[in-house]
Amino acid sequence: MIDLTTIEPALLWTDVLLIGLVLALVGLVWHIRRHAHLAAPWRKVALSRAGMVSASVLAVFAGIGLLDSLHYRPALPDAPALAAGPGAAGKALRHSVELRHSVELRSALDALLDPLPTQVETTYSAPMATRAFNKTALEGAAPGGTARDYPRLKFGGAHLADEGAAKVRDIGERVVRGALSGLACAVGALALLALLCGPRAAIGRFRGWLFGNGEDATHWAAWTLLGIATLAGALAWLAGGYHVFGTDKVGQDVLYQILKSIRTALVIGTLTTLVTLPIGVVLGIAAGYFRGWIDDVIQYLYTTLNSIPGVLLIAASVLMTQVYMDTHPESFETVTARADFRLLFLCLILGITSWTGLARLLRGETLKLRELEYVQAAQAFGVSSWSILGRHILPNVMHIVLIAMVMDFSGLVLAEAVLSYVGVGVDPSMISFGTMINSARLEMAREPMVWWALAAAFVFMFALVLAANLFADAVRDALDPRTRVRGVA
Amino acid sequence: MSTPLLEVRDLAVDLHLGGRALRVVAGVDFEIRRGETFALLGESGCGKSMTALALMRLLPDVGAVAGGAVRLDGEDLMARPEALMRELRGRRMAMIFQEPMLSLNPVMTIGAQIGEVLTGHLGLSAKAAAARTVELLTAVGIADPLRRLDEYPFQLSGGMKQRVMIAMALAGEPELLIADEPTTALDVTIQAQVLDLLKRLQAERGMSLLLITHDLGVVANMAHHVAVMYAGQVVESGSCEQVLQRPRHPYTRLLLTALPEVTGPNQRLATIPGQVPPLDGGVAGCRFAPRCAWVRDDCRSLAPGWDGTLRQGVRCPHADGLAALPEAPRGAGASGQAAGSDVPLLRAVDVSVHFPIRAGLLRHEVGAVKAVDGVSLSIPAGRTLALVGESGCGKTTLGKAIVRLNTLTGGEISFAGGDWSGLRGEALRSRRNQVQIVFQDPYASLDPRMRVADILTEGMAALGVGRNASDRLARVDRLLDQVGLPAAARWRFPHEFSGGQRQRIAIARALAVEPRLIVCDEPTSALDVSVQAQILNLLKDLQDELGVAYLLISHNLSVVEYLAHEVAVMYLGRIVEQGEAKRVLKRPQHPYTQALLSAIPRVDATRQTQRVVLGGELPSPANPPEGCHFNPRCAFADRVCREAYPPPVQADEREVRCHHVVQAGGAYVAAPLRPRLPGEL
Amino acid sequence: MIAYIVRRLLYAIPILIGVNLITFALFFVVNTPDDMARMALGMKRVTPEAIERWKAERGYDKPLVWNAAEGGSRKVTETIFVEKSAAMFAFDFGQADDGRDIASEIRTRAGPSLAIAVPVFVVGLVTMISVALLMVFFRATYVDTSGVVLCVALMSISALFYIIGGQYLVAKVWRLVPISGYAGGLDALRFLLLPVVIGVVSGIGAGARWYRTLFLEEINREYVRTARAKGLSELRVLFRHVLRNGLIPILTASVAAIPLLFMGSLLTESFFGIPGLGSYTIDAINHQDFAVVRSMVFLGSVLYIVGLVLTDISYTWADPRVRLE
Repeated sequence: MIDLTTIEPALLWTDVLLIGLVLALVGLVWHIRRHAHLAAPWRKVALSRAGMVSASVLAVFAGIGLLDSLHYRPALPDAPALAAGPGAAGKALRHSVELRHSVELRSALDALLDPLPTQVETTYSAPMATRAFNKTALEGAAPGGTARDYPRLKFGGAHLADEGAAKVRDIGERVVRGALSGLACAVGALALLALLCGPRAAIGRFRGWLFGNGEDATHWAAWTLLGIATLAGALAWLAGGYHVFGTDKVGQDVLYQILKSIRTALVIGTLTTLVTLPIGVVLGIAAGYFRGWIDDVIQYLYTTLNSIPGVLLIAASVLMTQVYMDTHPESFETVTARADFRLLFLCLILGITSWTGLARLLRGETLKLRELEYVQAAQAFGVSSWSILGRHILPNVMHIVLIAMVMDFSGLVLAEAVLSYVGVGVDPSMISFGTMINSARLEMAREPMVWWALAAAFVFMFALVLAANLFADAVRDALDPRTRVRGVA
Repeated sequence: MSTPLLEVRDLAVDLHLGGRALRVVAGVDFEIRRGETFALLGESGCGKSMTALALMRLLPDVGAVAGGAVRLDGEDLMARPEALMRELRGRRMAMIFQEPMLSLNPVMTIGAQIGEVLTGHLGLSAKAAAARTVELLTAVGIADPLRRLDEYPFQLSGGMKQRVMIAMALAGEPELLIADEPTTALDVTIQAQVLDLLKRLQAERGMSLLLITHDLGVVANMAHHVAVMYAGQVVESGSCEQVLQRPRHPYTRLLLTALPEVTGPNQRLATIPGQVPPLDGGVAGCRFAPRCAWVRDDCRSLAPGWDGTLRQGVRCPHADGLAALPEAPRGAGASGQAAGSDVPLLRAVDVSVHFPIRAGLLRHEVGAVKAVDGVSLSIPAGRTLALVGESGCGKTTLGKAIVRLNTLTGGEISFAGGDWSGLRGEALRSRRNQVQIVFQDPYASLDPRMRVADILTEGMAALGVGRNASDRLARVDRLLDQVGLPAAARWRFPHEFSGGQRQRIAIARALAVEPRLIVCDEPTSALDVSVQAQILNLLKDLQDELGVAYLLISHNLSVVEYLAHEVAVMYLGRIVEQGEAKRVLKRPQHPYTQALLSAIPRVDATRQTQRVVLGGELPSPANPPEGCHFNPRCAFADRVCREAYPPPVQADEREVRCHHVVQAGGAYVAAPLRPRLPGEL
Repeated sequence: MIAYIVRRLLYAIPILIGVNLITFALFFVVNTPDDMARMALGMKRVTPEAIERWKAERGYDKPLVWNAAEGGSRKVTETIFVEKSAAMFAFDFGQADDGRDIASEIRTRAGPSLAIAVPVFVVGLVTMISVALLMVFFRATYVDTSGVVLCVALMSISALFYIIGGQYLVAKVWRLVPISGYAGGLDALRFLLLPVVIGVVSGIGAGARWYRTLFLEEINREYVRTARAKGLSELRVLFRHVLRNGLIPILTASVAAIPLLFMGSLLTESFFGIPGLGSYTIDAINHQDFAVVRSMVFLGSVLYIVGLVLTDISYTWADPRVRLE
């Protein structure tokens, strides 16, 4: 474990925004829980099994992404040695002066996964392999000639003396042990949580979480989490000795890349809405409420933006940033900071191209709302337009905003992959699903095929997007008054 | 005695909503004889529409018949396979619905929609079907039917659409026609036309008619036999005359006394407290017991059985021993005039509100919808002026202009002696407390995301009524008390209240800023009769207590009769007759007022005036007829009427705009009106 | 109607000016014409004369948006922005950085693009509507539920995987069609089959699910109850009443997309090596060829606006209630 006193927190812009967004969400949840009428529709989400399962899968993804967003600079290995110089005085100075920090950023996730990020092979290796994928000339193998064979991996299965039966037994052992310990940890954590919520009814609460309380589907969430914990346990134990999903061209562990990709997807999927929401909400309801020339201007704006093919606008903007970054290299301390700037800018530009849909939706809804009688009653009291917008219109279109937000998420994750593939997405040095697919694409043509990176990216991305889609469906069903049962006299 | 055409035995219907089953129809029995009009009467939510849909096996996806039998000519319909059921629908039993605007397919022509029945059920060729459709359209009184064949529903008015629906239902020559609130969405003059049509067709064809309605007047005019439904059960059944004249069940009795037209203007209306109980099972005892004025102890525990025969009976063991209705306390001032005065509080002179119609390349104005076109009226302090007319006549636009919610095109309004229509900006804002408004729809008029206290304090805060927040909260309690709601209501949200309670909150919201005039825009038309009575009583009490004046906008003349001191009748943006309520409603002078009054179906047959049938429908205010706007529909119209708009004349102590109110002996009096003979100009 | 269309087309002018302004601004905020010249001529050994010559040849030797040297209205017109934009309105796109004429390039590449986009559009629409109708007919049964689940799953897969998976399975394992490439004439069929199938399949999930909601919304309306009360069979209700009304939003949304078919598909064309406008655009992006990107943006905007007008016209055709005013 790293010494927490020696590190220097170094949050990137996207880290700050992402953490801010999570805090805001937590605040929102707290606010909703205190107001029964706000909480009522969300209870319906809790009734939906698909909603609860997908929510817990999303929560796990979000947790990984958040861990990966806590960046810091580790102390350089030689720094303590320097500092531990002449006695106590040096010790006092240790934190202020002499401790030197690495230029490279690491995240809490990296620390947690340690030593996975550093276990780099020379090139491709298949999942769970003990030997490389390609033959290379082995030194001092056959006398005289250069024998070509598959070399043993530096890390994958390096602890095994025998690669045959022992490997199978070792894998089996790791799976069973990992799964059991994962499950045990999760059950223990649940029990602890039940106890922390109040020792009095802890047993009943615990039972309710696991076997259902007869009212909603929250126990499905618990089961999903237990399942994920079991899986994660097995993965963790395997990853301790093998490259579970193999390695890529430069020998980097694919599992590690997958876990790092999650943050990129989350950032794109959530921060973009930070741009979309304010523009879309303000312009949408202003156009609908004030009508007249304000409406004309806003409609002109979004028709113009909409008429530009989205990919081209994004491409042009990203190229522009790239040029800016190339001409101003001094603004960026590290490669990571550079990539982060481009990621942030991508979110910005995605947001600018995607607020139009929300604005149009809100404009239409506001046009309806402004004719409603409670709005007219407020007008009859002489309440100012902005108060009416804030007090009557905004709260009554909030469900549309929330639905749009969750619905957009999956689309943005998919868009990131395509954009990065086209070359106008995230920085090539940033690990994302898009860059992984992009580099894996050529590997499909190899004979025999290198399929694992692509397969792993597919599985994880599918899980993330599917969970997001299912959750969005559950949220829409619960919040959208139109999807409620009709045809009842 | 012939066998009944339709027998319904112990019919039960469940609705499955959110995992719960609601028994909305709980054991209904009745029978309909051939050629009979059978009315199923009840307030909203009593299960009458579900019963009708169950008969056709057309329940929504969430509904299911939970038991019982429906026999058509002795054959159980519930046992029929779906394919065979389809042969019956539209053939032997047909149905028309409440909303003609929504019940026709918007993208199919009238001819295609009616023809579908003819080709499907009667096997007619397309050509024969078209010919037959023309006959049907003629039979339901649609002019120029050949042209209508190729028209779409949106090209027809509401009344015409309902006629098309009826033609469609008649296409299969059904033995039973089910009409689910066929006239509720229509104006009173159009309602009269459609009811007349149904009555005529039923007599001509010897059909049975199952009429589903909440309107006691419609029942009195149409039905031979009535069953009254309450909370999913039939509570009383009998001949129309017997049920309406000598009601036995407490619910029927109270329902009848809650009608303003039965009670008369100076009395308090009887009200039925509370609301229909929730139907999620476990109703012990009589379902009406919580609201019954004669409730006894055993009513709450013992579910009453049916007492009587299938044709006549009552679901109340005490029905015959009931005392006379406990006398409702009379209103304070005999007519509420004590607080009133003749000093005009609000005076509108020549007010117009036009909405421009734009067209062409540059969106220039090519015309205007003259929603309000030169209206003058005055409202005395503490009194009620009623604005009456069909929908689309401009009465709501005028009401909103008075509250300054839309802009005047011309004319001016003064309030309490000062300028009102000319006020702008802060001057207007600071005086907005003087004139307030109560809307028609109690569901749309309260913000669903605000608590009652916030709703009530919003206006106070905006207009600076009350010193601070706590003072305003104290006022909220007082207001809630005034409109008869518990103080605990202030922390609750609108959706927790029933329609009548919401309307009380809306009234309290208007009262909160201490206005001197409240515009009440159809305040009771979205409410059931029993709840309407509560609101009318409340409005009357508040006027007596606070001396607030009302501009009552309504199409319901019995509500007007009950509440108003003065009446102004509007037609196509102009006032055609205006004067003291009693006089205008007793002895209407303008032919339009006469027609309007005679179109109301009365419960008390003795009050039903000679029907003045009003043909046609309200023309478009964008393109009003030449001369007197009313002339195309007027039975008395002659050349003068087609050429010049009549000037206002004083006749019988009121102002009338009609050429036929003539001067005789120095004073204008009502002309002896005589319908024009055909060919006479 | 005519007045309406004329007004809509006039309205297009400020939009297209806005579009040009945005693309122009995006490009020249960080780039100068000198940068462009340097990039085109090779970064290092460029003489100032060469740069000037390059700029003069391509019309980049004027100020960007404001020519202080000129007088009167020429202060505005004698600029790169106005000259380049004005030419665009006459559909004169000029030359790409490699010297080829953009307009003729667009003409030759439109064919292959349409050869993929049109079949994908038509086959896709028919398939999605059929699947949606099937789910609606079996609504609230297992057919419907599993259909929806399948749709959600299908729409959760990135388009990239559809293409990669399809190429691998059909072209590489089964060897039914070539992996990529293009040929003229009937030969093209071999190359087009796979991209078209993949295009249709990748769109089915989202499309069918959306159409299903549209149809379900219609099926709960009161006129459908009237149709049932007439004794029509469920199939007839579905095809004669629900389909006709449900198709209105589908049709109008699709009409809006028709002109944009010209733009081709970026992904499909680049994966399958089809020389259409999509791959042209991608190449331009990768080579940072402003002239081409700007032309494609302009073309896209024009087509989008044409789509909007067509949508409105198709409304009047599909829905008798709508009259253009």
